[in-house]
Amino acid sequence: MSRLEVRKTYKLYIDGKFPRSESGRSYPALGADGEVLARVARASRKDLRDAVRAARNAQEGWAGATAYNRGQVIYRIAETLEDRAGTFVEQLMELGYTRAKSEKEVADSVDLVVWYAGWADKFPQVLGNLNPVAGPFFNISVPEPTGVVGVVAPEEPALYGLVGTVVPVMVPGNVSVVLAAEGAPMPAITFAEVLATSDVPAGVVNVLTGSKDELVPWLADHMDVDAVDATGAPQHLVERIEEGAVHNVKRTLLPGEWSLRSPYRIAAFTETKTVWHPKGR
Amino acid sequence: MRICGPPTGADGHRARYPDPVTIAHAADRSGILPDRITTPTLRTFLRSVPSVDEVGVAERVAALSTRSIKKESKRAALEMIVRMTDLTTLEGKDTPGRVAQLCAKAIRPDPTDPSIPSVAAVCVYPTMVRHAVTATEGTGVKVASVATYFPSGMADTKLKVEETRMVVADGAHEVDMVIDRGAFLAGEYFKVFDEIRRVKEACGEAHLKVILETGELVTLDNVRRASMLAMAAGADFIKTSTGKVSPAATLPVTLVMLEAIRDFHDATGVMVGMKPAGGIRTAKDAIRYLVLFNETLGHPWMTPDLFRFGASSLLNDILMQIRWLDTGRYQSPNYFTKD
Repeated sequence: MSRLEVRKTYKLYIDGKFPRSESGRSYPALGADGEVLARVARASRKDLRDAVRAARNAQEGWAGATAYNRGQVIYRIAETLEDRAGTFVEQLMELGYTRAKSEKEVADSVDLVVWYAGWADKFPQVLGNLNPVAGPFFNISVPEPTGVVGVVAPEEPALYGLVGTVVPVMVPGNVSVVLAAEGAPMPAITFAEVLATSDVPAGVVNVLTGSKDELVPWLADHMDVDAVDATGAPQHLVERIEEGAVHNVKRTLLPGEWSLRSPYRIAAFTETKTVWHPKGR
Repeated sequence: MRICGPPTGADGHRARYPDPVTIAHAADRSGILPDRITTPTLRTFLRSVPSVDEVGVAERVAALSTRSIKKESKRAALEMIVRMTDLTTLEGKDTPGRVAQLCAKAIRPDPTDPSIPSVAAVCVYPTMVRHAVTATEGTGVKVASVATYFPSGMADTKLKVEETRMVVADGAHEVDMVIDRGAFLAGEYFKVFDEIRRVKEACGEAHLKVILETGELVTLDNVRRASMLAMAAGADFIKTSTGKVSPAATLPVTLVMLEAIRDFHDATGVMVGMKPAGGIRTAKDAIRYLVLFNETLGHPWMTPDLFRFGASSLLNDILMQIRWLDTGRYQSPNYFTKD
């Protein structure tokens, strides 16, 4: 007996929910041979504004969680990602990857999440310091999260690139608004489903699919975005991000600055707080 | 036209408030009430107030809320809202310093943009009135004080009148009183009426805003009756809420009060003002109230003399919206003063 096909609607991921774009728009996600795999939501600037608001509201809670707890939650992402490995392999193959390459990329992505999870309670020891000062004081520098980070995810590699930009931002307690790869929106939304089922609090990561040309300027100009990871931005948009960053002195991570597996991706979105504390005698 | 009876329990209280008085009406409000005012005559008066069609109100509000105000119109609306704002701080932790800071913000809401007008008034607790008066002197920003044992209003009428005299003596231009909701719900209309009347007397030149605390009045019929009662007793403004009870201001409640104001104007020719307060936090919400107001009462009422917003966090959202219109960049609360 034939079944009625159940086709999935690929929507945005904002504040722990999966809304359609407020604009009602969508665009076709194309496979390797140009066939339409699905129509995915095309986010508008208002969706971006909503995502930034959701992220801002989630920031304090996520930054306030203990480093150990953040590590646990990120490790949980790896567990859920492993569970959905089959789906990701299929979605990558639809984009034209071979099976072997797809399977390797998914496995590498899971390992990358585990690797970053481990950093959560260790990076402060690497980036922080007890500074030598001339006086009876402890002088301590500790890294603190920057805040709301806009992530422009790379088009390639579709999943590893997404994981390698989104997860390090989470590690120190930042929240993010992610502009997914325009050419690979389906793995991004599937990854959002992984996040939604991994104890990641609502709003900590928000994923928008749509046109980077349309959305990046709004992200770059947004005064409530504290930093932008431009890893997946083409050259003309990198310049636009740097222009927009002027207004509130956003931190920007330029494409190619750090590899996708680097503790300096964590460091890129931290601020150093230095405190003086009397030693007594 | 009578559809609803008085609230239950009304008859039981008739004996307790037997004392009729003949009041000297404010000349402009004569005619709507008989000369001899007692709970029974007030009950008869309130029975003549038509009942509210709740579904109709909800539909009307929903229809008006979809109206889209953009660009120049939005900018004009936002500035109008600033001019109509009663910037409020009603917290137990208020200090003279905090009130002074609030006044500075009231006078110049955005220190970086002098084109933004001052708000209508600051609204403070009685003990803060003199500090607010000093801080706003000569600026045109008025000082409103809550009085009558705000927010509960659970005190003897004598004390309420005394408190009103004190805040007016301290220099308050406007007094925000709360009605006795318990008495109203129990049908003791004379007590409510007489209290408003006596507080109005104590106000002298100061304007009186009467807070109905609609969140405690339960039904829209009660809201409409309480509005009529307050206006007949001498209110210059009727106000939805103290902000201490949830729900505070809502659009349906506001529409019902606006319609009562319109009916009262039709009957007496007196224009009474309206102040939704509490829970209005975003520019979008405030613009919806503005639309409702304009559609119900129309142009003559669209002035800070007859329309106010009671709000604290609303102002920053308005300022953020104005700057967004000016710069084309979404704004962050980090770049606006907190109070």
